[in-house]
Amino acid sequence: MKISRRHLLILLPAAAVAWKHVLAGEPEESPNYRKSDHWWGMLIDIPKCIGCGNCVRACQAENDVPDGFFRTWVERYERTDTHLETPEVISPDGGKEGFPSAAEGTGGEYFFVPKMCNHCSDSPCTQVCPVGATFVTPDGVVLIDQKYCLGCAYCVQACPYGCRYIHPTKKVADKCTLCYHRITKGLTTACCEACPTGARQLADLKDPKDPIHEFLKTHSVQVLKPQMATGAKAFYYGLDGSVR
Amino acid sequence: MSGVEGYMYPNEVTLYWSVLIVLYPYITGLVAGAFILASLVRVFKVRAVAPTYRLALLTALSFLLVAPLPLQFHLGHPERSPEMYFTPHSSSAMAMFGYVYLWYLMAVLVFEIWLDYRREIVLLSQSSKGLLRLIYKIMTLGSNNISPRSLQIDERVGWIVTLVGIPSAFLLHGYVGFIFGSIKANPWWSSPLMPVVFIFSAMVSGIAAVMLIYMATTKLRKLTIDIRCVDTIAMYMFYIFVIDFTLEMLDLVHRIYEADESFRSLNFMVHTKLYFSQIVLQIAVGTLIPLVLLFLTQVVKFAEIVRKRIYVLSSSLILISVFAMRWNVVIGGQLFSKSFLGYTTYKMDLVTKEGFLVALSLEILPLLFLWALVKLLPPWPESASHETALGH
Repeated sequence: MKISRRHLLILLPAAAVAWKHVLAGEPEESPNYRKSDHWWGMLIDIPKCIGCGNCVRACQAENDVPDGFFRTWVERYERTDTHLETPEVISPDGGKEGFPSAAEGTGGEYFFVPKMCNHCSDSPCTQVCPVGATFVTPDGVVLIDQKYCLGCAYCVQACPYGCRYIHPTKKVADKCTLCYHRITKGLTTACCEACPTGARQLADLKDPKDPIHEFLKTHSVQVLKPQMATGAKAFYYGLDGSVR
Repeated sequence: MSGVEGYMYPNEVTLYWSVLIVLYPYITGLVAGAFILASLVRVFKVRAVAPTYRLALLTALSFLLVAPLPLQFHLGHPERSPEMYFTPHSSSAMAMFGYVYLWYLMAVLVFEIWLDYRREIVLLSQSSKGLLRLIYKIMTLGSNNISPRSLQIDERVGWIVTLVGIPSAFLLHGYVGFIFGSIKANPWWSSPLMPVVFIFSAMVSGIAAVMLIYMATTKLRKLTIDIRCVDTIAMYMFYIFVIDFTLEMLDLVHRIYEADESFRSLNFMVHTKLYFSQIVLQIAVGTLIPLVLLFLTQVVKFAEIVRKRIYVLSSSLILISVFAMRWNVVIGGQLFSKSFLGYTTYKMDLVTKEGFLVALSLEILPLLFLWALVKLLPPWPESASHETALGH
């Protein structure tokens, strides 16, 4: 078959685009999911969290999170005589294997604070990404296109909550995806699924029939670092003022 | 966790922006500063510094060509970096900066150098042999007209380019400051003063670099240093340094006075983790000593040899100080936790992609580029053609 130079010049770019499409594979089926029907958030009930670390382990297992980095982690705040205004905070290996026992006799309460990506509606990480690899989906989840990310780490610097990291082998930005691959199929996130006390609950802020939606309407909740005005959608019930 | 004191969010323990990201604003700062020195001649008609005019431009170009390299070494996927130009995210200062860099490189620096050297390029394209002849021929861009009228037009257009170049140089380095200053998540960076401080410290460092390069190359060529030239450069360097120092002190005093939530944590960091790089190197050795020395040269009539020694010492200390400032901003901004409860440590590698050896090589590379440029386009003031080009 004789192909002229001109035809080749037209064919080759078209073939390159087609090949990329073939390599990308088929997107997963979610036939009954309409993005515009949902606006995702999370409720974190502080009094219910027992610091077992199930959520951290579940997230790591579900999402292949590399060791030493965390898509979610749990902190323990402890008030003692020497740490009254500013509680002492620890998070041994992100709370993955739970926590050591609190010291005896120092008095004071302690509580656990699970942390994760807040899936901000006005996210500073999205604002600073030079190529738009990080974006907010129409259903309110902040995701990263890891095939487009340059790994510049500007988003990591811009996140006030410390929820991002650069994947040590993929060399791109990585963070909690709100288990997008699960929630678009009607499942809940891995961390919520694994939580034994219901301290973590997925919330659909657009669905009035969602019980968490109801909870958020009727209880006093807070977000982390409200002064940053990021439109954070991880809502904390029973959050102590000392939590950063 | 090794190297961590207090509490850091788990993902904060590693520093993501290394010494290469310290190098980048340092290098672009030298570019902006060198260009401002050159513009003193072209636009503000400060004839005294004319001997450094072409050298300043070539210095700026050498550093600007190296500037993207630390970034390429840092990126997780440098092969995707052209996407910043093809599909930029317009709200990102980093993306928009790519265009500022490109504009500055092509429309200002390269254009101005070409206009200023055009006559020499044409003559050299006719007189040289072999590969060099080809290189010069390409550099003429097809324009062989070096009549007086044509050179006059060059002069006029060059003046406009320099005029446009001054705000462009401010934009170039102000943008780098904005990349840091616009990050609300980081209280060490977030400040409207950041672009301004970066611009003025850039100017000082660039001028100091050109001063040192001029003095060194003149010495190497066994000629006498034009004392009036270095006196004038030192004077500008001093006054701009005073402004820079004032701005940095303003930031410091403002922080101490307002003492907001971040203050206690940042203050502790400066007094411990950044003690050597900020208090000793940047402020005491790198700022106070040169300020005092340069001030003395302005009020006391020292002998020429003493003045020259003071200029060399001050310029060297300034270059160290401005590097320390970039270090304190970039590394300092990542040493403390955004929970204000702890600190981590920066462990600079030696031989990896983002390690010390790469950083050192990238600092030396511009000097090699400059050497090549100086061979290709001699900037020495003794050549009569240079005088004509400047319209004397």
